[in-house]
Amino acid sequence: MNAPLASISDAASQAPTLTEIVRTLTLTAGFNAKVVVLSAALLGISAGLVGCFALLRKRALMGDALAHATLPGIALAFIIGAAFGLEARSLAVLLPGAAIAGIAGVVCVQLLVHHTRLREDAAIGIVLSGFFGLGVALLSYIQGGNYADAGGLNTFIYGQTAAMLPRDAALMGAVALLTILASVLFHKEFAIVAFNEDYARTQGWPVPRLDLLMMGLVVLVTVVGLQAVGLLLIVALLIIPAAAASFWTRRLRTMVILSGCIGGFSGYLGASVSALTPRMPAGAVIVLTGGVVFLLSMLFAPQRGLLAEQIRTFALRRRVAREHWLRRLYEAQDRGGAPVSIPTHDLVSRGLGLGSVLARVDLRLSGLIEVSGAGASLTERGTREGARVTRNHRLWEQYLMTYADLAPSHVDLSADLVEHVLSPELIDELETALRERKALPERLPDHTEREAGGRP
Amino acid sequence: MSTLPSHERVSPRDLSARPEHSPDSPLSIHALTVAYQRKPVLWDVEFEAPGARLIAIVGPNGAGKSTLIKACLGLVAPAAGRVEFWGGPYRRSRIRVGYVPQRESVDWDFPVSALDVAAMGRYALIGWCRPVSRAHKRAAMDALEYVGMGELSKRQISQLSGGQQQRVFLARALAQDADLYFMDEPFAGVDAATERAIIEVLRSLRAKGKTVICVHHDLQTVPEYFDDVMLLNMRVVASGPVGDVFTRENLVATYGGRLTLLDEASEALARAARGGG
Amino acid sequence: MSPQMETFISLDLPAMLAGTLAALACALLGNFLVLRRQAMMGDAISHAVLPGIVVGFLIAGSRSTWPIFLGAGVSALVTVMMISALRRVARVEAGAAMGVSFSIMFALGVLLIEQSTARGVDLDAGCVLYGQLEYINWYPPTDWGEFWSAGTLDLIPRQVVVLLGAVGVIALFVGVFFKELRITTFDPAHASAIGINSGLMGAVLMTLVAGATVAAFEAVGSILVIAMLITPPATARLLTDRYSTQILLSVGFAVVTGVLGYLVGAFLPSALGFEGMALNIAGTMTIVGVLMLIGAIFASPSHGVIARAVRRRRLARQIARDDILALLFRLEEIRPDHAMLDDQLREATGHTQARAALRELVSRGHVERTNKGLALRDSGRALARGVVRSHRLWESWLVDTLGLRADHVHQTAERLEHLRDAGRPIEPGEPGREFDPHDRPIPDRDDPETPRSGRE
Repeated sequence: MNAPLASISDAASQAPTLTEIVRTLTLTAGFNAKVVVLSAALLGISAGLVGCFALLRKRALMGDALAHATLPGIALAFIIGAAFGLEARSLAVLLPGAAIAGIAGVVCVQLLVHHTRLREDAAIGIVLSGFFGLGVALLSYIQGGNYADAGGLNTFIYGQTAAMLPRDAALMGAVALLTILASVLFHKEFAIVAFNEDYARTQGWPVPRLDLLMMGLVVLVTVVGLQAVGLLLIVALLIIPAAAASFWTRRLRTMVILSGCIGGFSGYLGASVSALTPRMPAGAVIVLTGGVVFLLSMLFAPQRGLLAEQIRTFALRRRVAREHWLRRLYEAQDRGGAPVSIPTHDLVSRGLGLGSVLARVDLRLSGLIEVSGAGASLTERGTREGARVTRNHRLWEQYLMTYADLAPSHVDLSADLVEHVLSPELIDELETALRERKALPERLPDHTEREAGGRP
Repeated sequence: MSTLPSHERVSPRDLSARPEHSPDSPLSIHALTVAYQRKPVLWDVEFEAPGARLIAIVGPNGAGKSTLIKACLGLVAPAAGRVEFWGGPYRRSRIRVGYVPQRESVDWDFPVSALDVAAMGRYALIGWCRPVSRAHKRAAMDALEYVGMGELSKRQISQLSGGQQQRVFLARALAQDADLYFMDEPFAGVDAATERAIIEVLRSLRAKGKTVICVHHDLQTVPEYFDDVMLLNMRVVASGPVGDVFTRENLVATYGGRLTLLDEASEALARAARGGG
Repeated sequence: MSPQMETFISLDLPAMLAGTLAALACALLGNFLVLRRQAMMGDAISHAVLPGIVVGFLIAGSRSTWPIFLGAGVSALVTVMMISALRRVARVEAGAAMGVSFSIMFALGVLLIEQSTARGVDLDAGCVLYGQLEYINWYPPTDWGEFWSAGTLDLIPRQVVVLLGAVGVIALFVGVFFKELRITTFDPAHASAIGINSGLMGAVLMTLVAGATVAAFEAVGSILVIAMLITPPATARLLTDRYSTQILLSVGFAVVTGVLGYLVGAFLPSALGFEGMALNIAGTMTIVGVLMLIGAIFASPSHGVIARAVRRRRLARQIARDDILALLFRLEEIRPDHAMLDDQLREATGHTQARAALRELVSRGHVERTNKGLALRDSGRALARGVVRSHRLWESWLVDTLGLRADHVHQTAERLEHLRDAGRPIEPGEPGREFDPHDRPIPDRDDPETPRSGRE
């Protein structure tokens, strides 16, 4: 049972049995597996919580620079530790080094942005690659020198969940507790700073200090996560759960909690899969699990998911097409004074695609139009509906013309679609505004009027 | 060296002894100069806001209207001069000063509801690390209802129209229950209904003895909406009651003879004259 | 040839050449990333090509170039599309979109590597990061006569040929689309308006970045790719405001980085007495690049920290000199018989630079120490007249033109009087009056010795 966990590269190659799967997932698969899965889940929770705030503060990539920047810290801590005769491989030596270097990286980004003309993106790139290059050179120095057990340092780059010990799990637990506590205590402080920095400042909140606290938490999570996930992928743990959570909810508290849950779930499932299957590096699997959750969220989230959005767009198109049909028919009928038929292919507007075709079916089924050999014509109810639609259209058109200078600033939907989504109240308001200016359109159908349609 | 002419030896310390800063005035700006990268955008602004008035800051684009507000609120460091609130520094009366930022400066996709935003006005009162209690939520809700947004309190802010968003921000400022409000273009991009609602709110604030300072774009409505006006174009061209200050000459001086805007203004003036105001 | 020379040509020269070419290819493109504020896009792409490389490698079963190129190109394309889809369609913030996309791709790559090692494929995670510069070698014929035969050309290491091709293509692209790149970078909206498709330009740019990444990756690894994409252009950015100079400088820095970085990595340790040890070349190249950047931050003649400090100091000194002269001049105006003592003057001006400025003025013969105290000499008086004239003209201008209050303009004029044009105080407008707003006379400019203010 422990065989797959011993190392990611010398694993047993048979597929896991159902019992193994169940036991791993229920944390009863032996001590090692339990430690690994639990630690990964705890790390995922911490990263999800902290990452959520970092993402909202638009500091997502800062985490990447920070993570890369830890490498020279680890290497230097190793060299210094060895020089003082400490057990240089121990985490107690390496992690403080990583944390210091990570903070130094963040400070360097800030210095570059504030004191040179370089922008944040370039500054992050420079710090990320510069620190990492230094780290790589130092690692090669360590490997070339006569240090015992120097090889293990490489694991910080790609991570090695399987090597985790109970005290690592305890550390993860402590960090998870701390981040949960911080997310609860500083929820409103982080929220106001991330939402509206200037406003927070005017309200007397110490924005730089709160930012520092937030980045401090990111450093903490990054450093304890290095061993498990590796510094190249830790940023994914920070960003992905938060980004996935943002599809499901538009409430901050829910988003933070959800982000923590998604992070925890990714850690739990990813580590389990990695424990059960040979040659599945835990860090990568955890990230990919998160990636799958993200993808599913993006596609299927009820409000903001792409599928839901597609459906809404389609519904709007259908409505536009419908009103287009009604207005064309009504206008023709109004001109002629009697019901007319228009060939249906004249009524299909290409820009609306399938929506236009569906509109026809729609209108027929709801009894607004009749389609005969000569084409489509309005029914009595259709005439009334057409009058309403035409009226809205003319009012809107007139409003745009009359208030050409003001209208754009009074309306936030500037597209042509506006007239299709105007609420009855807004229509009334348009009418009042135009009446005040004595600019009502000349031929304005009354939607209660019936004669205009030329009743038979 | 007392023989040197005094006006050539003025130091900031001398200025502080000036009697102009009255503790009753909610806001007094003295000799405020603001520079971006050493290029002055505001020259030597001198202003005293009377209490319980609606005050418009009017001027062309790039006149430094928003900058003036930001400098008052300490968001932009002034190159020279001082700003005092009720005769003291801003830090001491922060809680009494409300701020409605420009709509463009806000990340509308942020996961907060209208109620959450309104509640932010109470954060400074709530203090560190404490959650928003029910009483504070109620205060925020009251503010929302006051601006006619009670029904939409649960909506995420991106799902609100421009006017509704503006009302939410107004509610946030109201929830703070400040005595002096700075509003950066509260009427920009709002519908007519919101514009009326906002002006109603402003008037009731005035009735409660509060002062509101608005950056305002629409010259036509200045005489109707505001009591006082500051005409600003990198410097204060004129300030005072609308009736005295909002004159054609001053507007020409402010806008440097830009005709379209002046036409608008003169129309407004004519209307104000007709209205007898 | 000596044996040492032979070793150098066989082992060091090709590796150095490969490193330099890689740096060159990246730096050329990096200019546009930095100017477009898309530096992190380079980071994202260089991470994200990994799965494509692995798949290409697995399909081809060897390190042949084309499948890897193709694979990398496809995954770069997927990543770029993913990022833009996340931003546009799912409205994820730019940084987060990049973070999500590249970390998922990278995790996939790590997983694939791990899986493929099981099948005995020779590709490991380490070389992806650091490259394998050490393995590039060239054994040219020792006889120069055979040098130009076709067989010799075949011996040139494949990586060098590939990189040479990449540099060629990129240089051609930059050369041909020089001004299109400039306009799409500077003002994409305007570019579109005049019919240059900036979206397409961006897409081509990203494709080339992917190409450069792949060409460089095998030799130097992805970390150096990021470093070279950003660091040389950023260094150039600190030194020049000219577009063409920017590109030329970045090329220069790339070459220096490549050569110097290699020499440091390969020879510095043994030169320092660590026999037989070499540092990681990618690491040392990165360090050299960053050191040059740091050098530029401090020493840039236009934007450097040192130059700015010197300018500030010089300005402070000039202001102190001006103030001392003006003070003495005003004193003369009021009390011609009165002189000032050193201490009084320092107190009155209140400058930290006052002592040094006074010493300067005395040594240049503008001010003399008499037994009564300090007094202006003729040359000093002429200079002082210029300063006081400027001050009073400014005051007049502020009152007359800007309409400021007379008792408010002194402080402003106090700053403006120090502005210089060609060494002389600026005089705003023609004075319409002889006295300033405080009824002080505005001194004449036309004195026998027109002052040239003391910049020298």
